[in-house]
Amino acid sequence: MSALAGPRPTMRWRSLLRHRLAKPIAFGLALVPFFWLLYAAIFDQLGANPAEALVRATGDWTLRFLCLVLAVTPLRIMSNTPALAGFRRMLGLFVYFYATLHLLSYGGFDMGFDVADMGRDIIKRPFILVGFSAFVLLTALALTSFNRAIKALGGKRWQLLHKLVYVVAGFALLHFFWMRAGKNDFAEVFVYALILGLLLAWRLVNFISKIRL
Amino acid sequence: MLIKTNRDGFCQPLASSITDQAIYAGRRDLIKLLASGAAGAALTTWASREALAQSAAVIPQPGQLAPLPSVKSSVAGATTMEKLTAYKDASSYNNFYEFGTNKSDPAKNAHTLKTSPWTVEIEGLVKKPGKYTLEDLLKLSAQQERIYRLRCVEGWSMVIPWIGYSLSELIKKVEPLGSAKFVEFVTLADPKTMPGVGSRVLDWPYVEGLRLDEAMHPLTLLSFGMYGELLPNQSGAPVRLVVPWKYGFKSGKSLVKIRFTDKQPATAWNKAAANEYGFYSNVNPNVDHPRWSQATERRIGEDGLFAKKRKTLMFNGYEAQVGQLYAGMDLKKFF
Repeated sequence: MSALAGPRPTMRWRSLLRHRLAKPIAFGLALVPFFWLLYAAIFDQLGANPAEALVRATGDWTLRFLCLVLAVTPLRIMSNTPALAGFRRMLGLFVYFYATLHLLSYGGFDMGFDVADMGRDIIKRPFILVGFSAFVLLTALALTSFNRAIKALGGKRWQLLHKLVYVVAGFALLHFFWMRAGKNDFAEVFVYALILGLLLAWRLVNFISKIRL
Repeated sequence: MLIKTNRDGFCQPLASSITDQAIYAGRRDLIKLLASGAAGAALTTWASREALAQSAAVIPQPGQLAPLPSVKSSVAGATTMEKLTAYKDASSYNNFYEFGTNKSDPAKNAHTLKTSPWTVEIEGLVKKPGKYTLEDLLKLSAQQERIYRLRCVEGWSMVIPWIGYSLSELIKKVEPLGSAKFVEFVTLADPKTMPGVGSRVLDWPYVEGLRLDEAMHPLTLLSFGMYGELLPNQSGAPVRLVVPWKYGFKSGKSLVKIRFTDKQPATAWNKAAANEYGFYSNVNPNVDHPRWSQATERRIGEDGLFAKKRKTLMFNGYEAQVGQLYAGMDLKKFF
């Protein structure tokens, strides 16, 4: 994120992004939270309520990767770094990866994988329903993320479908907001809302300036 | 209430019928000694199993704070045999919003709490209002060990060995007037030592309340310690309430005022979200919180990550002792 305010990336930085190891390294970095949580779970580093800690941490990381993937295009255009586009799909799939872990943690630790119980819970509790809806939408995006799906759908329709990521972001924020409403503690919700809001505002401004051209 | 039987919880045991702590501690040492291999192999197996069974009752010595000696309680239902929650978990996973809303905040921040000198003011509809120092309160009645289940409204639970005495001992001393129907508990709200006071989460000070008959119930505990020692700050030192059949937030921490009133007190969580937190807030698996089920709970530290959560019991398992307080009441309406 610091690149937003920092100096323009140099040519060297751009060529690093094109290095053949750039993607594997990004992939490895994106897995660090996962392996940390795995380690912490095995070696009892998650505090008194490890199940709750895992549900929350996987939710946090889903939101963080959502912010990251939505920052790719604004960063790419503002810094004139086309190579960044090559990381977008991977980051998007990591959103789905952490969202899946989040759903599995909730389903496994909170509901004991009782599918009927989960169904009732999803219908009964609006904040779960919103979170689950976001996951369903993300599934559609993940399933259409590979090249053949893009070709089959056609670029325009594919782009339209993947605009759903904004709905996902809205749902995810609402889910987090409702979850924190119990403690009237919205500081973190506000931070994510600010980041996602800025990224969306940038797109609106960009869109409007394109129409004027 | 002149009728006294051996079964009502108000009865005090004869001093002679209480096993001396040194004696029962000695028995356990003997069992441990056997288990450690001093006896023959067969005997060892038997003894270690016995020692394991006993471990539910042996209070581990955390060695963190000054010890607070106590005798075993004879109050009905006051000593569950369930496995104790580890002291580390009980003293690091707390809700005490005056020190922050994260569970780990109180253990981090509560060291600033100044627990001495401490006074609790008794006021309102009583014959003998006044200020009680902590020292007065500590020796007002014999300190008893009570092993209670603690069920948090958030869906987790612990088993904690508290030390204290029935709040009724104090109430009897101060002689409530006939017009007193409720007891209000006001807790400390000191912005200088409590970083969470001033946040908009709740109205400060944190106020809780009970009906007078609930407050008089022998299971309602005025607590000064846990795990054989004084209360750690994050658990509500130096004196707190413990009402085991209600959700944890009903048990106010770091009490500074106990007020007797004729009107139902306006309590902190009820003021913050009346549709979510009722005045009674009895543990009830059949009445869900609007945002989550109360049918099950996670026992902290005991159930593995993949263990199924345990079923929550009516009145947190204290129905036999407290059910009659709510006879004829619609508990869905008075949640």
